Amino acid sequence: MKNKLINRLGDNHKIDLRQQSMLIALIAISVLFQILTGGIIFRSVNVSKLIMQNSYVLILAIGMLPCIITGNVDLSVGSMVALVSAISGKLIVEHNVPVIVAIPVVLLVGILAGAFQAYWIAYMRLPAFIVTLAGMLVFRGLTMTILQGKTLAPFPESFSWISAGFLPQYRIGSVDMISVGLGIVCALLLAFWQIYKRRKAAKFNHQQSKAAGFAVKLVIQCFLAIFSAFWLGTYNGLPCVLIFLIVLVLLYRFITSSTVLGRRLYALGGNEKAAKLSGINTNAILFLAYVNMAFLASIAGIVFAARLNAATPTAGNSFELDAIAACYIGGASATGGVGTVVGAVIGGLVMGILNNGMSIMGVGSDWQQTIKGLVLLAAVAFDVISKKKGI
Amino acid sequence: MRKILLTMDGIQKCFSSVIALKHVSLQVEQRSIHALVGENGAGKSTLMNILSGIYPHGSYSGSIVFEGQEMRFRKVSDSESRGIVIIHQELALIPELSIQENIFLGHEICRSGVISWDSQIQETQRLLDAVGLKEDPNTACKYLGVGKQQLVEIAKALSKNVKLLIMDEPTAALNDKDSDALLNLILKLRVERGISVIIISHKLDELLKVADRITVLRDGESIETLENDGSISRNHIIRSMVGREMSNLYPERTAKLGELALEVKDWCVFSPSVAGEQIIDRVSFHLHYGEVVGIAGLMGAGRTELALSLFGKAYGVNISGEIYKDGQPLRLRTVKDAISHRIAYIPEDRKDAGLILEEDIVTNISLSNLEKFSSRGVMNHAAEVDASQAISQDIRIKAPSVFQKTQMLSGGNQQKVLVARWLCSDPDILILDEPTRGIDVGAKYEIYAIINQLAADGKAVLMISSEMPELIGMCDRIYVMNEGRFIGELLREEVSQEKIMQIIVDDNGGSRSEK
Repeated sequence: MKNKLINRLGDNHKIDLRQQSMLIALIAISVLFQILTGGIIFRSVNVSKLIMQNSYVLILAIGMLPCIITGNVDLSVGSMVALVSAISGKLIVEHNVPVIVAIPVVLLVGILAGAFQAYWIAYMRLPAFIVTLAGMLVFRGLTMTILQGKTLAPFPESFSWISAGFLPQYRIGSVDMISVGLGIVCALLLAFWQIYKRRKAAKFNHQQSKAAGFAVKLVIQCFLAIFSAFWLGTYNGLPCVLIFLIVLVLLYRFITSSTVLGRRLYALGGNEKAAKLSGINTNAILFLAYVNMAFLASIAGIVFAARLNAATPTAGNSFELDAIAACYIGGASATGGVGTVVGAVIGGLVMGILNNGMSIMGVGSDWQQTIKGLVLLAAVAFDVISKKKGI
Repeated sequence: MRKILLTMDGIQKCFSSVIALKHVSLQVEQRSIHALVGENGAGKSTLMNILSGIYPHGSYSGSIVFEGQEMRFRKVSDSESRGIVIIHQELALIPELSIQENIFLGHEICRSGVISWDSQIQETQRLLDAVGLKEDPNTACKYLGVGKQQLVEIAKALSKNVKLLIMDEPTAALNDKDSDALLNLILKLRVERGISVIIISHKLDELLKVADRITVLRDGESIETLENDGSISRNHIIRSMVGREMSNLYPERTAKLGELALEVKDWCVFSPSVAGEQIIDRVSFHLHYGEVVGIAGLMGAGRTELALSLFGKAYGVNISGEIYKDGQPLRLRTVKDAISHRIAYIPEDRKDAGLILEEDIVTNISLSNLEKFSSRGVMNHAAEVDASQAISQDIRIKAPSVFQKTQMLSGGNQQKVLVARWLCSDPDILILDEPTRGIDVGAKYEIYAIINQLAADGKAVLMISSEMPELIGMCDRIYVMNEGRFIGELLREEVSQEKIMQIIVDDNGGSRSEK
């Protein structure tokens, strides 16, 4: 009897069909553009650029995911990015406030603005779509008021370093050894963690995947980590923003998949009544999801301003749509309760590579929009249809 | 011998690799009421979905002959145009639209594309008279109770010139009084309008009362068709449904009463939506360890509201009254408070308020026990899987593994997952709200056995049910509730269905004369 119930305790039992198929799609798209662009897209210069170009959308997607899990969206994040970068510009460029002081201040402003929206959504139960639509207009308006239609530039180097800077380098030949070293450290940590988890599952007597399959998967993952680091090392080394991004992804993946808080979030999105009757304070969770979104939008605002090295009134235009699309492409459900951080990041990367690849090929932004729209539609349609057929 | 209206012959239907129906045959006579019974998953709904065209011709094999002609329905409107109308268990009325709009939805009375409201309202009035519903045709359906919505559905079917009406569990959500009214209406329509009815139900007593013939399905096969001439017994049908002898519907238990577990005094609750409307009025009761206590009453008596308001004020405003557990006064402000005082509430609608259908069994079981399966806010996945597997075996949840999504489970197993969640939190007091609604006879028996085991383990169980035989069979003591008040208390030895109804009817008479 026991054997019947025991099943594979997957390392990530939340990984679903869509996420895996999007990973395959991501690889396919990468290979396609590698051929179409004659290998330009994966030159180390371009990979660096790709990371920096997409960092803020990925940060927004990580924040958007919890909101989407609750069954809502946040439309205000693009304007929030603009507002935060405008305030940063005002403080740092115009008033010469030190960067170390300015950053906490703008983060706090972002969180407060987010808390204001979250209050209406979580405690007054106004529809999130409407509240954040209002926020989108309000924050954009405030941005214009602050900047008076002007662009503030340039930021000091200590600020723009956040998204344009690289880690220090130590080159042997043409390769930066610090990058390679960090790659190896990451690979080792990854291996230890996976083996630890496997041991723990074995201790609880849960059946697991075959040892050979596990080993192959682990070797591929470690190789990818080291090779990516090596490859970036042949250009300028590791971009600071990449390190930051990796930390964010790991942190939020951990929160959503392994903590009580994450479980409550999914429960809220899956069935709020059931969550309430299980003693979960769903208002607080909803509030937190939107405050967190505002926090990450503020970070994205700083990263964006740093990359542009300017604060402009049109910053962050339609970023919210990219972030939402990334989540949906990555397997999140519009009705809530379903979606993963890793999926959202994969979704963001698919869009990023499409953008970058098409730009290299000289495809105009008009067609880029069209193609991105069709990809979003195709990804979601694939998911819905395959679910219907019960594959 | 009446003429045959419908013959379904050799119907076979597969879903990918699973055979749902294998060679099912069904004959319905004209002007007759034909009952279809079987455990959940026996294939009743699948068969009716084929008949009504939801599963189009070609997706099944076998033939359907209606009024002497072979039918090949491709969609629902095909069968409706022939006079076959299905009323699903989950009613399909649009809450915001009025009664008349709902009745004529899809076949509005039009003059060159413009709805002629006057004739539509007039026609609606006629139909409402026919089904005996006294409501304004312009009332929005959201203001109607389940019983009245059922009547609107029937009126809607009549508006389509129904010849064969299919009703899937029409009385599942109704109390005994409304059920009786509905069944009488069906009998009346058969005589007055000459329609035939196929009725699917788990309530055998009412089928024995109204049906002319009863067909039993089991595991996708038609087992037998019985003439209801007064000679067939309930046990015979049950035997035929489950394929085994069920000597007793309710497992035996001798109560060993312990200390006083819960005492509630003068509990009052007001409606959160309608200002000043009192929902619960000075309710007092008590509950011992090792005891199963029932709350009987009609739909809308306030039973669920009472349970929810006790469960950490999950319902209602301006709540007053006292709760004592183990002699100590309790202040429960939130559901969390109630859980931490080891009170559990298993809701009546498992899909709406119980389960997260997208998630697996483990996640659903641990939902109210997250603290137990975590340290410093980090989940211990292995521990929750272990606990879920243990408890799944204990109460025999039938699933390929505990990683099965709960939406793939049958109703009975879904209910068991819900029970497992709350067993896992090791409560002293369990409130069960309609614990066996819409689940089949076999699963019901297993739920009853679990409840008895809980009582034997010294837990206090408060059970709300609309099925009086179930309360009578399970409870040591039954409180009768009506219009927000407790109006009677009956011991196991003295209780009977008639007595409960008598108390309610007397109370209704009394309160009316007060007004």
